Amino acid sequence: MTAALQYLFDALSLGSLYALGALGIALIFGVMRLVNFAHGDVMTFAIFVLIAPTTEAVAPLWVGAWSTPLLVLTVLVAGAALSIVSEWLVFRHLRHATPATTMMASFALGFVLQNTLLVLHSSRPKAVNLWPTLSAPMNLWGARVPGLQLLMIGITMALLIGLAWMLKRSRVGLEMRVAAENFDMARMLGVKANRVILMAFGLSGTLAALIGLLMVSQTGLVDIRMGGPMMLVAFVSTVIGGLGSLGGAVLGGFLIGAVSTALQAWLPLDARAFRDAFVYLAVILLLLWRPDGLFVTSAVRQRV
Amino acid sequence: MNLLEIHDLNVRYGGITALHKLSLSIKAGETVMVTGPNGAGKSTLLKTIAGLVKPQHGSVVFDGQLITGCAPETIAAAGFSMVPEGRQVFNSLTVLENLRVGTGMRRNKLAVAADLDYVMDVFPVLRERALSQAGMLSGGQQQMLVIGRGLMAAPRLLVIDEPSLGLAPLVTDQVYEALMRLRVERELTLLIVEQSASRAVMTGGRMLMLREGRIVLEGDPRQLTAHQMQQAYFGYEDEPVTASTP
Repeated sequence: MTAALQYLFDALSLGSLYALGALGIALIFGVMRLVNFAHGDVMTFAIFVLIAPTTEAVAPLWVGAWSTPLLVLTVLVAGAALSIVSEWLVFRHLRHATPATTMMASFALGFVLQNTLLVLHSSRPKAVNLWPTLSAPMNLWGARVPGLQLLMIGITMALLIGLAWMLKRSRVGLEMRVAAENFDMARMLGVKANRVILMAFGLSGTLAALIGLLMVSQTGLVDIRMGGPMMLVAFVSTVIGGLGSLGGAVLGGFLIGAVSTALQAWLPLDARAFRDAFVYLAVILLLLWRPDGLFVTSAVRQRV
Repeated sequence: MNLLEIHDLNVRYGGITALHKLSLSIKAGETVMVTGPNGAGKSTLLKTIAGLVKPQHGSVVFDGQLITGCAPETIAAAGFSMVPEGRQVFNSLTVLENLRVGTGMRRNKLAVAADLDYVMDVFPVLRERALSQAGMLSGGQQQMLVIGRGLMAAPRLLVIDEPSLGLAPLVTDQVYEALMRLRVERELTLLIVEQSASRAVMTGGRMLMLREGRIVLEGDPRQLTAHQMQQAYFGYEDEPVTASTP
């Protein structure tokens, strides 16, 4: 019972990170048919505002020294702003380009962001200790759960409910849904393309920054390469869920979280080092079974 | 004054000229039927007016405003509503949500509510299935939905591309009956593309026949002879034929 509960909390908190990442990818893919490989680097860039640029091993805090509400707000705004600026500088000019071109452009953007960080901060991981009290484990019905994990699960659930409400009930949500389904038709009905795209990039960047914050408060480290693996898992989650489906992306994220946690717990000790290989093996099997992902969307059907 | 004025429109897609120096004007309140064989440039013409396709040359003036090269949403806001070929309902949205998409540019919410009521009177099936997913509707119901969706944008000019495509003749009749009702009750200006010339004749109004990106025949379909139409449709003759309009 305790073991199952422990597993549940671990899986949910890891899945939360992946789900938020996948959602950021899916939001942009939905409206622009763009797989934004710079997503992970937007996250890294946003989180690096916490420390002042230096090549020393120990970096002085910058935004990281501010009060918690201001710190969180600044990082989230940094993520949203960077994401919006990247649309404005790069992707806006590629609206009519093929998906392959926009994908390459997003790769390039990711490298530019990462190398800018390399110049400013060097390649050394830096320690940033945010909210150490949150890591103290709490005892929940026998399971040892760090407060941070609970916070992560809570924030993710609240965000998902809020986002679902916004998409379902608000005008801008309706516009994002129709834009994701058929952008040309939406525009012919007066839906402003720039507004919807701005909204998608803004939300996606905010989500990226949020993941960054959660990751850093968990590990206590910032690293200019931390975006890459995150981005990969997020992308795989959206593919599993069915590219273009927001609900599918979230579910895909939680699924990968659950599988990773299960393998971590139950693989023989010698095989645990290869956990990710087993995770991706499971992904391959799933995609062989359902090549379009769990939820096939009209967006995918139209494209093939 | 003309509601729509198209002058010398040239559209090329990768080396193929889809529209060739096409000029056309539509008066407010008029019904214009555009017919012609496959690949005549009918859909290209509509897409160019709607702003989805940029012309290489020429101008489109809608309601006194130059809209060539404008974004589709700007053109829609000017009062141009497009019901595209193949219906293109938003499958995952409900019927009601589909109808609401085009109302975002309208300020008067009372008028929007009244129009919603009106659309559901014209197409009662939309009221019955208001909360169903649009993707679950039959082809005929979807065609009614997209016409209703176009109306909800309160257009000055409603443009419909092939409303009979893939529909049973009986359903097509229903769709056209509704369109004729709109023409009378709403004094709508209609531009309808229809591949079948006989449907165009039945509907009345002015007829334009397109072939190879040019207007090859223009006039009142009741005054054009079947011979003239066949010649224009199949291209036995190169000179444009113009019948006197009453």
